Amino acid sequence: MSGYLPATDVERDEMLAALGLSNLDALYGHIPDTVKRVERLSIPEGASELEVRRKMEAIAAKNTVFPTVFRGAGAYKHYIPAMVGAVTSREEFVTAYTPYQAEISQGILQSIFEYQTMICELTGMDVSNASVYDGASAAAEAASMCRERKRQTVLVSAAAHPDTIRVITTYTEAAGAKVVMIPHKDGITDLAALEPLLDEESACVYIQSPNFFGQIEDWEEAARLAHGQKAKLIAGCNPFALMLYRSPRECGADIAVGEGQPLGMPLSFGGPYLGFMACTDAMTRKLPGRIVGQTTDLDGKRCFVLTLQAREQHIRREKASSNVCSNQAHCALTASVYLATMGEQGMTEVARQCRTKAHYAAEKISALPGFELAHQGEFFHEFVTGCPIPAGELNARLADKGILGGLPLEGNRLLWCVTEMNTKEEIDALISLLREVAK
Amino acid sequence: MKLLFEQCPSQSPQVLPPCDIPQQEVIPLPAQLGRKNPPRLPQMSESEVARHYTALAQQVFGVGSGFYPLGSCTMKYNPKINEQVAALPGFTGIHPLQPEETMQGCLEVLALAEQYLCEITGMDAMSFQPAAGAHGEYTGLLLIRAYHLARGDHKRTNIIVPDSAHGTNPASAVMAGFQVINVASGPDGCVDLEKLQAVCDENTAGLMLTNPNTLGLFEKDMTAIAEIVHEAGGLVYYDGANLNPIMGVIRPGDMGFDVIHLNLHKTFSTPHGGGGPGSGPVGCKEFLAPFLPVPYPVSREGSLVLDGERPQSVGKVRSFYGNFLVVVKTLCYLLRLGAQGIPEAAKHAVLNANYLKQGVAKDYDVAIDMPCMHEFVLGLGDLKKETGVSAMDVAKAMLDHGMHPPTMYFPLIVPEALMFEPTETETKETLDEAIRVLAEIRKTASENPEVLHGAPHHTAVRRPDEVQAARHPVLRYRWED
Repeated sequence: MSGYLPATDVERDEMLAALGLSNLDALYGHIPDTVKRVERLSIPEGASELEVRRKMEAIAAKNTVFPTVFRGAGAYKHYIPAMVGAVTSREEFVTAYTPYQAEISQGILQSIFEYQTMICELTGMDVSNASVYDGASAAAEAASMCRERKRQTVLVSAAAHPDTIRVITTYTEAAGAKVVMIPHKDGITDLAALEPLLDEESACVYIQSPNFFGQIEDWEEAARLAHGQKAKLIAGCNPFALMLYRSPRECGADIAVGEGQPLGMPLSFGGPYLGFMACTDAMTRKLPGRIVGQTTDLDGKRCFVLTLQAREQHIRREKASSNVCSNQAHCALTASVYLATMGEQGMTEVARQCRTKAHYAAEKISALPGFELAHQGEFFHEFVTGCPIPAGELNARLADKGILGGLPLEGNRLLWCVTEMNTKEEIDALISLLREVAK
Repeated sequence: MKLLFEQCPSQSPQVLPPCDIPQQEVIPLPAQLGRKNPPRLPQMSESEVARHYTALAQQVFGVGSGFYPLGSCTMKYNPKINEQVAALPGFTGIHPLQPEETMQGCLEVLALAEQYLCEITGMDAMSFQPAAGAHGEYTGLLLIRAYHLARGDHKRTNIIVPDSAHGTNPASAVMAGFQVINVASGPDGCVDLEKLQAVCDENTAGLMLTNPNTLGLFEKDMTAIAEIVHEAGGLVYYDGANLNPIMGVIRPGDMGFDVIHLNLHKTFSTPHGGGGPGSGPVGCKEFLAPFLPVPYPVSREGSLVLDGERPQSVGKVRSFYGNFLVVVKTLCYLLRLGAQGIPEAAKHAVLNANYLKQGVAKDYDVAIDMPCMHEFVLGLGDLKKETGVSAMDVAKAMLDHGMHPPTMYFPLIVPEALMFEPTETETKETLDEAIRVLAEIRKTASENPEVLHGAPHHTAVRRPDEVQAARHPVLRYRWED
């Protein structure tokens, strides 16, 4: 199998001859034989494109694609307009490297500048970077931005996504700092418990809203408490909730982060996703990763470049603000195309439909015996209910009807998610199925 | 080019049907929770959005646009079948928290990719959770840390990094809680054994090494290097950025490496996407496997499950399981090339690099003129002294010839460095053309250096003012009103 090698045998031999070599193995002649592998790799023989396609289709067929999804918990099924795939699959966008050569990369640079602007608008913050790996690593990087020599405690809401809590913990503890959990009560962060946890060693407070249970948190009060001890507030966001609810900036947050997957990226078994990060002007030089800035060229023409690189690993090495190099540029482009296509009205419409449908579903579901709502506060598009039979059993019944039910949580409860993808008909059908077990 | 925000507002497309919940059932949002200042987002028709992004795409140079010899980035051809397979609904439509029995295909992708990549690298276990190379470095270093701590050895605070290393290495080491000990390379560009020996002691947690190194040279004393570090009680970390020339020929696991990361978006043909998503899986020897991130897919009673109960694990470095679709693309590539195609590709990468090096060495100084692996570095220090023409000038002049420049000013140990990595998917014709173009630029450097100082002359923009960008940062669009 030639794989993707363009060289004919004749060309290969010409090139070897030009180098005075008789065969390809001679290229490794200066390397000690002791490290060289002689036996054949124990992996399958190469195959044609058609064979590989068949094999991969067969593997994909071992997965179940649920036609109806009522599960979120950090990965959300939304409609992706045709424009998104059409634009993002253009070969130039797919195959380019990080735009180091600004002269031939204006398309990518401008798209990132536009992305940064839209993330600033969504969060209300001043400055955005060009993305990081996902929402969880964005939260962890944000916590690193806040740590100072004498402020080495990161306070994290226990109502945040469990993966986010774990990633923040990994990053923070590896750097020799401490994570302290803020308990939750009635489905939201217990801010009364936060106050005594804050002291002069507190670097920041991380609060996600809507939180893991779907509930809206009080960022404003959290910011007031954090700032009272000169700690920062990091707000973890959902991009659609930002269309409806008070923004991180309106609530006094210092950094806003979130998972950008809902903006045009499919579920994809958890990735690639998109970590977005934005902060106040004051924290600009602590932002990790790539940032694109506007400037002019030799002819005075407006253009864009990677900038503020003095923060970055390739310049600062061990003194860099982060090790981020490759980020999720193509996912940031995806989010930009999604945002541009939907526009402000379209974004608001998705957000409204998510909330309206989720509240409709919650009303109906919680009216069934055993499915009572676990929490009473305002929620966006996720909510927790009880379950009168073992949650696994319920979900197995739903799966028979092609429905991915709510995520089972501790205490035999279910975390449901409803988006614009769920029609009223689907919701009503779900409720009928739940009614059968609600006794 | 106008920004999205400078376009005249036009009629947005109707993407969604009207909400089908009856108005009387709608529960209004409490006013005090509502956003006061709505975000300003573009309002454009579908046709205008399409044109905007077509115009942007036309100002991007990808691997499909032309020769892309960007050193250490392995800009090889990105096969189309990879993209098509990764877009199968059977992969894109899978929720990461579905029941395990409904995600067996996804888990099989991870298991097969792990098995094949472990065979290629000589490792015993691999996690795909890290989302990029630097993320993989970080995770690998966390394994090293956890290993020493699990043995009750709390003194091992130092990570040794050669001065030729990628900048991510020292940055990752600091993030993982280590102190960085930089060690100078020898005059041959390789690790200096005496200097290495001198910094290895009871505080050494490990050494990070790229092999072939960033000069494109195979570390000739590899076995001795690993022995010195192991002797001191440290572990040896392999930065997989330069695996391409040795894949299937030489295995990191056979050279004494204990833990590695790979850049699937370099070596294994997945596209760079303008700066990600990549994938930086971390592989290790058996004794480090208990420390890998959770959850880790394992086979139990004939089916694959995600094992989250691994008490010695370093925890999680990312949500869910990493950039899964990138792993799908990698598996496609591995299946296409197979046992024979993988080493074949590596050998052709080395052939192309040596051929290009020989061709340009007539006109330029090669930093260390030894047989190279997949890349080589030119040092233009003397050229600059003689003609005033810098590495930057030569790189920018290449733009006018429809070629992406090599990596500039790296590695840091070579003044006026240009680092070329042609990869195996370029034709001899392309390499001959690059040699011709570089010869022409060299001639211009002597005859008319001014032309090169002003290069590029034919691109959409010319030498953006980076100083102004950094001094007066404009990092987002602001409306006039």
